[in-house]
Amino acid sequence: MAVAATDTTVMNNVDAVRTTLYEALKNDERTLILGEDVGARGNVFLITKGFIEEFGPERIIDTPLAEASIVGIAIGMAMEGLRPIAEIQFADFIYPAFNQIVGEAAKTRYRSNGDYTCPLVIRTPYGGGVRGALSHSVSIEALFYHVPGLKIVAPSYPADMKGLLNAAIDDADPVLFLEHKKTYRLVKGEVPNGHYTIPIGKADIKHAGDRLTVVSYGLYVHQAVEAAKRLAGEGLSVEVIDLRSIRPMDGTTILASVRKTRKLLIIHEDNKFGGIGAEISAMVAEEAFFDLDAPIRRLCGPDVPAMGYAAPLEEEFMISTDRMAEAMRELVLF
Amino acid sequence: MATTITMPQLGETVTEGTVAQWLKKPGDSIEKYESFVEVSTDKVNAEVPSPVSGVLREIICKEGETVATGAPIAIIDEVGAAAEPTAVPAAAPAVQAVEAPRRNGAPLTNGATPNSAETLRRVSPAVRRLAREHVVDLSMVLGTGHNGRITANDVIAAASAGPSAVMAATIMLEPVATPTLTPAKPPASTPVAPPPDAARSTYAAPIPGTLVPLSPARKTIAQRMVESLATAPHAWTMVEVDVTNLWAWRAKAKDRFAQDKGHALTLLPFFIHAVVASLKKQPLLNSRFTAEGIYVEKNYNIGIAIGMESNLVVPVIREADSLSISGIAIAAGKLIDKARAGKLSMDDLGGGTFTVNNTGANGSVLSKPIINGGQAAIVTMEAIVKRPVVINDAIAIRSMMNVCLSLDHRVIDGTASNAFLSDLKKRLEAMGPSGEL
Repeated sequence: MAVAATDTTVMNNVDAVRTTLYEALKNDERTLILGEDVGARGNVFLITKGFIEEFGPERIIDTPLAEASIVGIAIGMAMEGLRPIAEIQFADFIYPAFNQIVGEAAKTRYRSNGDYTCPLVIRTPYGGGVRGALSHSVSIEALFYHVPGLKIVAPSYPADMKGLLNAAIDDADPVLFLEHKKTYRLVKGEVPNGHYTIPIGKADIKHAGDRLTVVSYGLYVHQAVEAAKRLAGEGLSVEVIDLRSIRPMDGTTILASVRKTRKLLIIHEDNKFGGIGAEISAMVAEEAFFDLDAPIRRLCGPDVPAMGYAAPLEEEFMISTDRMAEAMRELVLF
Repeated sequence: MATTITMPQLGETVTEGTVAQWLKKPGDSIEKYESFVEVSTDKVNAEVPSPVSGVLREIICKEGETVATGAPIAIIDEVGAAAEPTAVPAAAPAVQAVEAPRRNGAPLTNGATPNSAETLRRVSPAVRRLAREHVVDLSMVLGTGHNGRITANDVIAAASAGPSAVMAATIMLEPVATPTLTPAKPPASTPVAPPPDAARSTYAAPIPGTLVPLSPARKTIAQRMVESLATAPHAWTMVEVDVTNLWAWRAKAKDRFAQDKGHALTLLPFFIHAVVASLKKQPLLNSRFTAEGIYVEKNYNIGIAIGMESNLVVPVIREADSLSISGIAIAAGKLIDKARAGKLSMDDLGGGTFTVNNTGANGSVLSKPIINGGQAAIVTMEAIVKRPVVINDAIAIRSMMNVCLSLDHRVIDGTASNAFLSDLKKRLEAMGPSGEL
């Protein structure tokens, strides 16, 4: 069934997701996609373009604008043996499905005492910096990472997109698959051909260094790597860890790095209060207190209700590479 | 609107100031011109008035911190203006908190200058652990981090550089670790004798002393003393003065004086009065050496050295030549009161042309004073001692006082200084109960 992963192809994140979905549909008849505009429109980012023609409306299902139903129906399909991949058109629209995700999907295995699992993937584009304003910019990971029984994945490199999406589809339990929309066409990279998986819950060091650990995910990983390269030019060595999976979180990789560098900077777009960085810093403070040589620092989005549409407001919200480099420099030299 | 308050310049030559005490806390409201912080510079403590009415938002410079004049020390939000959000991103406070300037401005060299308590109080968990594991004395580690912070890598570097001298001495003291003190081949049946106590004392590590941080005043005193001794070749001379009659005069007048004027009548005003008269006869003593020449002063501004608990101040009686003994007594009394209260101003301290030091107040009978910088000489009045003295081939018991003079030999030679001292002696000995205060 699976094609051996031999060669690679350079592609962007949209193509990586598209290829993975296509191969999944091709390789496993239980796989199906449901969501708003995934059929005739081929998804707003053209990820599923041409799928409905090839796989038919029974496997590529255009749904009403009803997110609770999209997820609820997908849960039923998953419990009965299908491999649904539900799409929430923008993460900003996921709130109606909150109860289905948190109250149902995440608890299916526990509630049925293991009789049922819920092999469901919920894909959704998130994040800002694209002039998306109030309803097309939100980060939702912190709303869900509190929930046991739910896996959250947020890769941002094409090869990680494919490997983790495959792992999410293969997983027996629900996975929230977050795709940063600004990286869709901005980021290109080599992607192995054929089927392969990257284990969920495993972070990846995207830039090695020894004087500061930076943990990030999504769009900001790319900027953090760029900032780390700049600092390398100044002789300041920074390690950038791409979390890739938000839950389960790869504490092993983070702690090993912090024990080496003794300093930690967490960067994420989601707002600071109660964000992913709060959990990482708590874990490091608990596990590596006597290795810390500087206060843990978080560089996060502001605690405001939404990202503004006006360019200055959006720029204020988003963290520039310059700001990242400055924060890194301060901590390295602390 | 927020107003940033900077360290004021108290005196033209002052370059830094120390926050002695905050009179307001953050959140307290402040009226314009109300004193809100006490700053000490050089030898002056001054209360700083607020330039605006408002609320003290932030204290930047903590008590005891010394910063350059013009450096921000606080932020006041003016009345009616809402507090502005701080410009620093929310992630910063932890980092900000440690950005307080180091107390000791001098750069450390490894193992040379012990770190201040402030630096040591702020070590990170990693530094504390590494120091313990590697047995590193943090007070001897050179900090290379922000504001001289000791980083984990600094500790590791210090550890790899080997144990400090004190550590080495301590290790040598361990009986088991002193093979040289052990007999080379002890008989098998004889237990190895512990090293003799004598060896211990010979190599005993000194008991660590304590380091008293330099106050701004102490720094200034140190600097000026060194400067004066280094630039002015000090010569020294002394005369014995019979103050029996003067002492009687003072004893007779003092109670009435204290009652009338509210100040104690000590021997000092009599002495200063005589000194000023003698200075007028020997103007070279009231001068200073400059590269262009000897600058002879026309003012007779007499500094009086006042010893405090940990400090020495020399306030100045201005135009002492225009004052009577009584006037000098009152002026001196006021200055002494201000000095004890720590309220001397720059005006009280500047402009001295000659200095009198009442070393006898503490029982000294002979001293060698250091000339106050920018002056040509300094005179002391030593303790009055009853001694047998030969007068007209008869022995009499008289109240005697030594008067010592240190002089800048660039300005004054023996002729002038001896003329001054013998004139002063004559005047003091001529003073008696019939004189006018």
